[in-house]
Amino acid sequence: MPNLVEIRDLNFAYDNRAVLKGINMTFPRGKVIAIMGLSGCGKTTLLRHIGGVLKPTQGYVKVDGQVLHELDRDGMYAMRRKMGMLFQFGALFTDMTVFDNVAFQMREHTDLPEDIIRDLVMMKLHAVGLRGTHHLMPTELSGGMARRVALARTIALDPMLILYDEPFAGLDTISLSVVGNLIRDLNDALGATSVVVTHDIQESLKIVDYVYFVANGAIIAEGSADDIRSSDEPFVRQFVHGQIDGPMPFHYPGAEYRLDLMQVN
Amino acid sequence: MAILNALRLIGNRTVGAVWRIGFATRFFVMTLLYSGASFRRFHLTIREMFSSGVMSLIIILVAGLFVGIVLGMQGYETLKRYGSESALGSLVALSLVRELGPVLAALLFASRAGSAMTAEIGLMKATEQISAMEMMAVNPIARVVAPRFWAGVISMPLLAAMFSAMGVIGGYEVGVVLIGVDEGSFWSQMQAAVDFRHDILNGVIKSVVFGLAVTAIALFEGYDAPPTAEGVSGATTRTVVESSLAILLLDVILTAFMFQGN
Repeated sequence: MPNLVEIRDLNFAYDNRAVLKGINMTFPRGKVIAIMGLSGCGKTTLLRHIGGVLKPTQGYVKVDGQVLHELDRDGMYAMRRKMGMLFQFGALFTDMTVFDNVAFQMREHTDLPEDIIRDLVMMKLHAVGLRGTHHLMPTELSGGMARRVALARTIALDPMLILYDEPFAGLDTISLSVVGNLIRDLNDALGATSVVVTHDIQESLKIVDYVYFVANGAIIAEGSADDIRSSDEPFVRQFVHGQIDGPMPFHYPGAEYRLDLMQVN
Repeated sequence: MAILNALRLIGNRTVGAVWRIGFATRFFVMTLLYSGASFRRFHLTIREMFSSGVMSLIIILVAGLFVGIVLGMQGYETLKRYGSESALGSLVALSLVRELGPVLAALLFASRAGSAMTAEIGLMKATEQISAMEMMAVNPIARVVAPRFWAGVISMPLLAAMFSAMGVIGGYEVGVVLIGVDEGSFWSQMQAAVDFRHDILNGVIKSVVFGLAVTAIALFEGYDAPPTAEGVSGATTRTVVESSLAILLLDVILTAFMFQGN
């Protein structure tokens, strides 16, 4: 089965407000896929569907041949053991050291002896370059370091699917490249499949194999990094080149400017 | 139109309240259902007993001592009018064991440990730690909520017992050492008056029930808190207010059941 994730006709609505409208996506194994779009376009909601947190109103998400919303709680937990998710700000457990954070899943899901867990944790931390921080508390780490520790925790049990929710948010330029390269390298080293939800287009295009552009809950463009760079689609052009105005207007819709000013007077 | 809006508001509030009660009940049942790990991996519960129970010790012991000292002074003044100063020991012990120990220790526990539990769980939710746990296929109710719940239920009677013990010491220091009540009658009257089943056991039952109520409220409020700064602060306030009222209401109900009237 070459495709790890298949999304077909995915629709989702909060109350009566449609958030996702007829999404179709396919993630082949071993690839790094980016889902891009502006804040509030539905991309995090989409990621939550892939993680099985939300149930679609219509359509389905299939991971490793199984339709997620048909799984019961135990089935979902079994599936999530094969997944890893990096949250926007790391979501490290603040009452545990870096070591215990990375060891958390190993202790919860395996009966491995403590000395093997120690070796595995050190290997994971070494992979993200932070072996020396194992005794620190999360509050003692910088934002970029916390994100890397969270990445080590995400890959603790060698997941087949890694989900990244805005992994570049709030990082300095050096941390940005470090995290970007780690996403690519870890994906290739683990033979995993990665889905990166982001609005950081420049960093993402360096590392991803395929890009989906989402706007207003629907896919408006897709293709390889080169396709996206050379796209003529107005929205993609505005996004790639960071133009202030375009299909996505600078001004939030409102009453006519002149009328608003007159009302003030 | 105004009537329609008022009706709509009442309906909305009622549905909201019923939904919340339903969610709280479901949460409590889930906590009990997923309690296995709290006992299989008892170190998780012990860790929480340290942070909610042991860390509350100082305030409980100091408050117990002060209450005992006040009881000693007030009790002596009243008993002296009837020439029964020798009954000071039984008055101090019975007041503490039956009533003041469980109730005051629970009120202090609610404001010290209950509020901390709510804030901790609320912040764990706000910083996506609870969601991260779910995504790691670890049930947060079993891993985070249940150990804290049982830690509270176990700690509460122990804290109440220590509160009462300190109170007795306070009463002794004031009554016997400072005022000069006969030491022998202080202790012997206490020993004769305090019944294990009617006094001590009833006090223990009260403190277990209070512990259950306070931790259940604190954990639910934390888990239900909106993931914002205002949400967590509001939930912490609600924990202290609701727990205090619950303790006093439950005290009335339990005392009525335990009242013998003879």
